[in-house]
Amino acid sequence: MATSAIHGLRRTFITPEGVDLKLELGSAGSRASAFMIDLVLMAVILIAVTFGLLYVLRAVEIAKAGGAEEVVAVIWLLGAFVLRNGWFSLFEMGSRGATPGKRLLGLRVVARDGARLTGAAVIARNAMREIEVFLPLSFLGAQAAEGTADTFLTIFALLWSGIFLFFPLFNRDRLRVGDLVAGTWVVQAGKGGLSADLVGSGYRARRTFPPEALKLYGIYELQTLEDVLRTENPDAIVTVAGTIRRKANLPDDGDDYGFLSDYYAALCAHLEAGLMAGRRRESKFVE
Amino acid sequence: MNASVVRQDAPLVNATRFRQAHEADWQRLDEIVTWIEKRSIRSLSDDELLALPALYRTTLSSLSVARDTSLDRALITYLEQLCTRAYFQIYGVQTPAWRQLTHFFARGWPGAVRSLWRETLFCVALTFGAAVLAWLLIRSDPSWFYSIIPEGLAGGRDPTASAEYLRSTLYTSKGEDQNWLGAFATFLFTHNSQIAIFAFALGFAFAVPTVLLILYNGLMLGAFFAVFEAKGLAPNVIGWLMIHGTTEIFAICLSGAAGMRIGLAIAFPGGASRMDSAVDAGRTAATAMVGAVIMLGVAGLLEGVGRQTINNDGLRMLIGAAVLVGWIAYFYAWPARRTSRGD
Repeated sequence: MATSAIHGLRRTFITPEGVDLKLELGSAGSRASAFMIDLVLMAVILIAVTFGLLYVLRAVEIAKAGGAEEVVAVIWLLGAFVLRNGWFSLFEMGSRGATPGKRLLGLRVVARDGARLTGAAVIARNAMREIEVFLPLSFLGAQAAEGTADTFLTIFALLWSGIFLFFPLFNRDRLRVGDLVAGTWVVQAGKGGLSADLVGSGYRARRTFPPEALKLYGIYELQTLEDVLRTENPDAIVTVAGTIRRKANLPDDGDDYGFLSDYYAALCAHLEAGLMAGRRRESKFVE
Repeated sequence: MNASVVRQDAPLVNATRFRQAHEADWQRLDEIVTWIEKRSIRSLSDDELLALPALYRTTLSSLSVARDTSLDRALITYLEQLCTRAYFQIYGVQTPAWRQLTHFFARGWPGAVRSLWRETLFCVALTFGAAVLAWLLIRSDPSWFYSIIPEGLAGGRDPTASAEYLRSTLYTSKGEDQNWLGAFATFLFTHNSQIAIFAFALGFAFAVPTVLLILYNGLMLGAFFAVFEAKGLAPNVIGWLMIHGTTEIFAICLSGAAGMRIGLAIAFPGGASRMDSAVDAGRTAATAMVGAVIMLGVAGLLEGVGRQTINNDGLRMLIGAAVLVGWIAYFYAWPARRTSRGD
């Protein structure tokens, strides 16, 4: 599976059937938000479990049973260890390939070569988080707790974290150090329904347009018009309808939305006819 | 010019025709993929399971055709998303957890450790070299001890301590509270495992911090040994260290070796591209690191429970040696036999 051509965050990704899926990489912003959500969830779970265990401990002490402290301590130590080192790995090893934070933002971890995501890859990419985030922060935290954190140390820890935190911005595939070592990347695995057909079918009254009016625009403008029609922003509709009427020299009949959807249908049919004849007009600037 | 109004009945654009012909198939695939994402592939009925590959290929060819003949961007986006989701459910499927586990113990772990033998040998040599160095330094001038071991960690076990005190730290006395052994073992396990994970991750910086970590570990080992040896407690401290140390030091060396592999693969990729070399090393090293964490669990039990209950030097050494032989046989002898059988 080849991964070469680049358009923004789109990557060529050819399936064994030979179709390019054009994967979209997760943006730095959504990756960072997903990570923050995961951190908050982890903190909430840690606090909740700690209080839960303290409550159990008090209940047991009232019942005067011995040895409970040790069991609680073992559970807490192991729980905290699993939470810190297992949260990301265990979720990403699941069938969704995403932590709760990633799932909320529609992200998914996949192997860069398109093969299945192995446990080793997931563990490698997440163990690297230790030096990216947890090491400098826990180091700083420990020093601050002892009151020995000086300015130099703080700057050093922040700089260290900064290099790794901003690493994804310095390479075109938005790879974290962990992704680099594990051979993974994070893609948008969006899930949208099929929106309605703008043109539709069947018996319907339509405006027709003179050929000159249909030669004004190309595919780029057509798809921009599609966005305008789908978002249904009244201001945009009025502005766009006005511009098209002025350029095509057509009279205003008072129904902007109807005018635009008919113009969209006619332009779409016109450009598609061109496609069939081998003429793909990308935008209004090409003939 | 007036925009005149006409009636027409045939679909005007390709997208409409296309949607009408195939929308049912897309929706069916969408339902099945959503179902797999929510539950698992095993929860599908036989009919759905048989239909899945055909629906996937239909939708994929719909995507190709739509890209070439249709200008409906919403349609193409929908098909791209649907095909991507289906692709990852069909080709990116996870091996069942139990099979990944058996593979890890039968092949993955020993295989990864075996492929790291050069780095492992280097880490072991570094640990013992550093230990001997620290021992020689402290023997010639005991004040070296204070530059190697931080005050808090020594716990009074420094060159000025008496032989009786040092002896008392090696054995559990009768009256001592033994209730907290489990918690102690757990603490040792989590603490050491975190260090093993650091040793792995720090390898990314061209292996330098990992080497320093291993070196320092060896220095501490030698420094403690020197203190006890000076008071004639050499066999006692060897027994005290060996019962868990063979496993623990081996595990730390292996995670150091894993970190070094990553650093070396990035620094000297050889024939492969730097990226491929890093990925290959990263996955092998991660497998070895998970193994090291398991070994540290065993070491934690031996240290926290075994050492606190067994106070006989000979028995301590015997257990330590037996466990070490077990690890070496598992990593280096057993898989070799499997491969020679043509497995």
